[in-house]
Amino acid sequence: MKQKQTARVISQRELAPGILDMWLDTELAVQARPGQFLNLYTKDKSLLLPRPISICEVREDGRALRMVYRIVGKGTGEFSRYREGDPIEILGPLGNGFPYEKSVGKKVFLMGGGIGIPPMLELAKRLKAEKQIVLGYRNGDLFLGEDLEKYGRVFVATEDGSAGTKGNVMDAVRENGLEAELIYACGPLPMLRAVKAFAAERGIPAYISLEERMACGVGACLGCVVKTRAVHPHTNVNNARICTDGPVFEAGEVEI
Amino acid sequence: MNTQTTIAGVTLKNPVMTASGTFGSGMEYSEYLDLNRLGAVVTKGVSNVPWPGNPTPRVAEVYGGMLNAIGLQNPGLDVFRKRDLPFLEQFDTKVIVNVCGKTVEDYVAVVEQLGEETSVAMLEINVSCPNVKEGAIAFGQKTEALYGITREIKRYAKQPVIMKLSPNVTDIGEMAKAAEAAGADAVSLINTITGMKIDIHRRRFALANRTGGLSGPAIKPVAVRMVYQAAQAVKIPVIGMGGIATGEDAVEFLLAGASAVSVGAMNFVDPLTTIKVIEGIEAYMEQYHIENLSDLIGAVEG
Repeated sequence: MKQKQTARVISQRELAPGILDMWLDTELAVQARPGQFLNLYTKDKSLLLPRPISICEVREDGRALRMVYRIVGKGTGEFSRYREGDPIEILGPLGNGFPYEKSVGKKVFLMGGGIGIPPMLELAKRLKAEKQIVLGYRNGDLFLGEDLEKYGRVFVATEDGSAGTKGNVMDAVRENGLEAELIYACGPLPMLRAVKAFAAERGIPAYISLEERMACGVGACLGCVVKTRAVHPHTNVNNARICTDGPVFEAGEVEI
Repeated sequence: MNTQTTIAGVTLKNPVMTASGTFGSGMEYSEYLDLNRLGAVVTKGVSNVPWPGNPTPRVAEVYGGMLNAIGLQNPGLDVFRKRDLPFLEQFDTKVIVNVCGKTVEDYVAVVEQLGEETSVAMLEINVSCPNVKEGAIAFGQKTEALYGITREIKRYAKQPVIMKLSPNVTDIGEMAKAAEAAGADAVSLINTITGMKIDIHRRRFALANRTGGLSGPAIKPVAVRMVYQAAQAVKIPVIGMGGIATGEDAVEFLLAGASAVSVGAMNFVDPLTTIKVIEGIEAYMEQYHIENLSDLIGAVEG
C-alpha cells in the first residue's frame, strides 16, 4: 500500500527572490519520473490541503528529491522556513510525468516558464535527444539556467528584457530561429496556449504540464479537471483529472 | 469488543464510512488503504446520464477547511454499473450508492436500475448538494419538497433509503421528520455548508461557481449540533458527518446520536484517516471498557 511518508530536509536555499530550492531525503525518489509531483503537507493544521509541487531533480542514488518552488502563501511560506533535518510529510510521486522515451534521437524543445522551469531539469537529464532548452522569466532573477546548461543549449526570455530575448519563450524561439520535432513544456496558461498553437501550426506533438487547484491529488475529488477534446475514458465526460490523468497531456487532447 | 452497528437492517462491521464525493468510487483510494476494513463505502453521486460538473477552480482552501463546487461530475449510471460497482464487489464492505438527479424522474431512474444490483446495500439520496442549479438542493430545503421526493423514491427503491440532509436550513429537526414521515429508512448529515471565498489580491471569487460547500474540521461543531437535533427529532437511524478527523471526533457524533459516521474532507489530508478513525474508536471503547458500540449511540448526558 502507498501512504504518506515522512521525509527529512537535507538542505534548503533561496535560488532567486521567493524561489526556494529544497532537497528531501526520501526512498520514494527512486520511483520518480520527470513531470511527476509530490503532495507536501504543512504542519499548520489550519491549512488543510496538501501543496502539489513538481519534482525538479532526482539524486543519482535514487534516495533524494529536489523540490524547487515559489512562495505563494502561508503553506509554501512554512516550507521555506524548514532547515536541515526538519521532517516533512509527503505523498507521491503522483501523476503521469512526461513521456520522455518518445524523444529518442529527435530535436526537441524543453520549455519552462517561471515556476514551470523546475520539472525541466530532471527531464533534460533523462532525454536522449538534441535538447534546446527555452526558459522564460519575469525579470533578471534567473534560476536553474546553469543546471540546465549541462544538458543542452539554453535560451532565455524575460518579460522586462533584462536578460536574453525581451518577451516570452515563443519570442525566444522566433528570435533564435529555433525548430523542433517535439515539445515538452510547463508554465503559465498563456504560455502553454502559445506552445499549443505553435505545435499545431508545425504539426508536431507537444506534451504540456498543467496545474489547477487540487484537493486530494489521487483522482478522487475531481477538483482539478481540464476540458478534453474527446470524452475521457475514465470520467466518461469531456474532462480529465490533472492529478492522475495528467499533469502532462498532449496539447491537442486538452482545451486550454 | 463489538463495533458493529445496524442501519435499516444492514449490519456494518464498524460505524465508519466514507462521505460521498470524497472517496471517488473507492478505486482511487484502494491503493492507499484496505477497503475491507471500512464499515461501508459511500460512492460519489451517480446520475442517470454522465454529468460534466462545474468549471474550475472547483476547490479552495479556507481556515481549517475547504470549499468545493465540483458540481456532481460523474460518469453516469451505466459506467458505474459496468466498472465501479464490480470493482467494489471484490471487497468485504457494504456498498452505499449516492444518487443524484435534476428531476424526480432522474432520481427514480437510477434508484429503479440499482434495484437490480444485489451488491448495493443501501441508497443515499443527495438532496443537499449546494453546487448544482437544478435538482439536488431544490428538494432538500423545504419540508414539502423533501417529503415528496422521499415518498416517490421509496415507491421504487428495493434497498433501504438514506436521505442526505442539507445544513442550509432553518430547522434540521423538521427536515429529518419530513424524511421519516415519507418513509426514509435513515438520514445522513451534514452535507456541506454554503460558503464563499474572495481572493482580495485579484478581487475575484476563489471558485468559478462563486459559492461552494464548506467542509473539514471547521464545520464539526455545527455538524455535531445538527446530528444531535436530528437524532432527537426522529426514530430512524442518523448517520453523522462533518469534519471528522479522529476517533474522538467520531465518538462525539456517536454520543450525539449517530448510528454511524462518515469521513469526508479529511480523506484528502490523509488517505488513512478512515482507518485511524476506526482504530481511535476502538481505543476509546477499550479505555472506557465499552463492550458494544451501540451503547455509545446517543449516550450524551446532561
